[in-house]
Amino acid sequence: MQSSSEPLTVLIAEDSAADRLLLSTIVRRQGHHVLTAADGAEAVDVYLEQRPHLVLMDAMMPVMDGFEAAQRIKQLAGDQLVPIIFLTSLTESEALARCLEAGGDDFLAKPYNQVILAAKIKAMDRLRRLQATVVEQRDQIARHHDYLLNEQRVAKAVFDKIAHSGCLSAPNIRYLQSPYALFNGDLLLAAFNPAGDMHVLLGDFTGHGLPAAVGAMPLAEVFYGMTAKGYGLAQILREMNAKLKRILPVDMFCCATLLCLSFQRCTVEIWNGGMPDGYLHDSLSGVRTPLPARHLPLGVLTPQLFDDRTEVHPMSLGDRVFLLSDGVIETSDRDDQPFGVERLQQVFSANREPDRLFEDIQQALRDFRGEARDDFSMVEVRLVAPTQLNPPPPVYSDSGQSSPLDWSVSFEFRAQTLKRFNPMPYLLQLLLEVHGLRAQSGALYSVMSELYSNALDHGVLGLDSSLKRDAAGFARYYSDRNTRLDELSDGYVRVHLHVSPNGEGGRLTIEVEDSGEGFDVARVLARPVDSDRLSGRGVSLVRQLSHQASWSDDGRRARVEFFWEALA
Amino acid sequence: MSVVTEVSQDGKKLTISIEGRFDFGRHQEFRESYERLNSKPESIVVDLKKATYLDSSALGMLLLLRDHAGGDDSDIRVVNSSSDVKKILAISNFDKLFDIS
Repeated sequence: MQSSSEPLTVLIAEDSAADRLLLSTIVRRQGHHVLTAADGAEAVDVYLEQRPHLVLMDAMMPVMDGFEAAQRIKQLAGDQLVPIIFLTSLTESEALARCLEAGGDDFLAKPYNQVILAAKIKAMDRLRRLQATVVEQRDQIARHHDYLLNEQRVAKAVFDKIAHSGCLSAPNIRYLQSPYALFNGDLLLAAFNPAGDMHVLLGDFTGHGLPAAVGAMPLAEVFYGMTAKGYGLAQILREMNAKLKRILPVDMFCCATLLCLSFQRCTVEIWNGGMPDGYLHDSLSGVRTPLPARHLPLGVLTPQLFDDRTEVHPMSLGDRVFLLSDGVIETSDRDDQPFGVERLQQVFSANREPDRLFEDIQQALRDFRGEARDDFSMVEVRLVAPTQLNPPPPVYSDSGQSSPLDWSVSFEFRAQTLKRFNPMPYLLQLLLEVHGLRAQSGALYSVMSELYSNALDHGVLGLDSSLKRDAAGFARYYSDRNTRLDELSDGYVRVHLHVSPNGEGGRLTIEVEDSGEGFDVARVLARPVDSDRLSGRGVSLVRQLSHQASWSDDGRRARVEFFWEALA
Repeated sequence: MSVVTEVSQDGKKLTISIEGRFDFGRHQEFRESYERLNSKPESIVVDLKKATYLDSSALGMLLLLRDHAGGDDSDIRVVNSSSDVKKILAISNFDKLFDIS
């Protein structure tokens, strides 16, 4: 305990010289330093000049009475407690009460009792110190709070940039994030891959505040970097999981849904780790298919145990995928009851105007709770015709002077590689060293991906594309694909690339061979190019996007060409 | 006490019971419940019978416990979860890491 006998500076305001002297002597004898004033005005002046710790104030004084002087001194003291003890010969309770109303902290009746005076000075000093401590701590907290707010403001600005540098403004995306959702760990990313497919990630980091937001940076980096290079969901997910596992503490992880919307194939590929069910909304039938979490969140499992299996669903133009964070369904009412999935589904069924779904949900949340939680995110992505979107052209930083123009290269990818490695991004990067091909990188990527997946799925894995005729077959197709890929022990896909000058421009020939059974080329090619069928889309896509598409060796070998003119 | 710890007589089984909200506020107590033990128990039971709510920081705490108990080699059972709590554990697919009943 701090010594309470530390000498104080005590101001004695008393108009009677005799009383002043008497009091001064008593107080000084108790070890304090004494200042004196003969009236209220003088007391205020002395207070201003010398800032005493405590004031003994006579109530009745000429010029300015004790009540007014007390009020002024209290005002001047501000947050500091300067205890004022009224000295009074008044006895009516009303007068005594007035002393306290004027800002007095206590009173002492005349004639003075030394023991009581000493005790009162001590008690008031304790109060004074307590107040000083409280004020000091309050100021400290306020300073920390200001620092923190400023740090958050800066960090938020940085994260907002990261989260919005993608294609969230694309016309087929609608999203709603509460202003501080990101700071509560919610992350929403979207970007086009080289084929014009759209990747969207809705993530939710454990915990709240700054710690929850730090993981956003590396996750966004992987997402944008790998999407731009043409990596598939499985590879992006593996990389994200490995990175988060490596850098985050054990108790932190990121629930996430990652999807790839292909406008050309009319499919959505999706992986959900720990997020609430997403929904695939069929615009014709109105049916909403849940897209439940099948995986642990990102950053929990070691790379060896991580499961990158995705699901693929067919979509039609106008269909929507809806994702939300747990802030929506875990919004609770005053009795701590969560909003819950059932109420959300009631909003779905009551929704008449699909474009107003967000508003309907918000209204339902308001009705339920009265106020919205500040950490909810919703996003809805619509399947539209590819022509409605304008993916930004990729940005290249080199001059192109060293562009390679006459070369060939061949690869053979065997079973163990085919199982978990997609070589297309690497091959695309290689081809984009050729400047003339950059303008058609989208078509190039789409064609290469189609040829590769045809060779792998129908060739090496022997999957029948006619399975994909309807939605149920579609699901079976992809589950068969996973099984066969797991069991694959031999087979290969070979890719031959041949770049040669051609007049002022150049020509690229791509050949893709596989170890499969081949197919009836004549029959498949005789089918009309039909954009509404789910099956056989690959072949017609390839024929639309490239030149001279041809198949030989009973369909085991595909060949396409790309041309470019002289560069300006 | 909202986190109650009990070690079986042979010292092989640790039971951690959570009462009320299982969220960040329990962080300290929960960690202490297993870190202060002198010997490492062979199996751990997390009893959620009296837990009313569980948030994502609680999931993080369970991961910490799992890590402490040997990661993939740990033997942790999460028992008596209410249906709401079970839902949260199911969404997160935590049944792939813990034996949940």
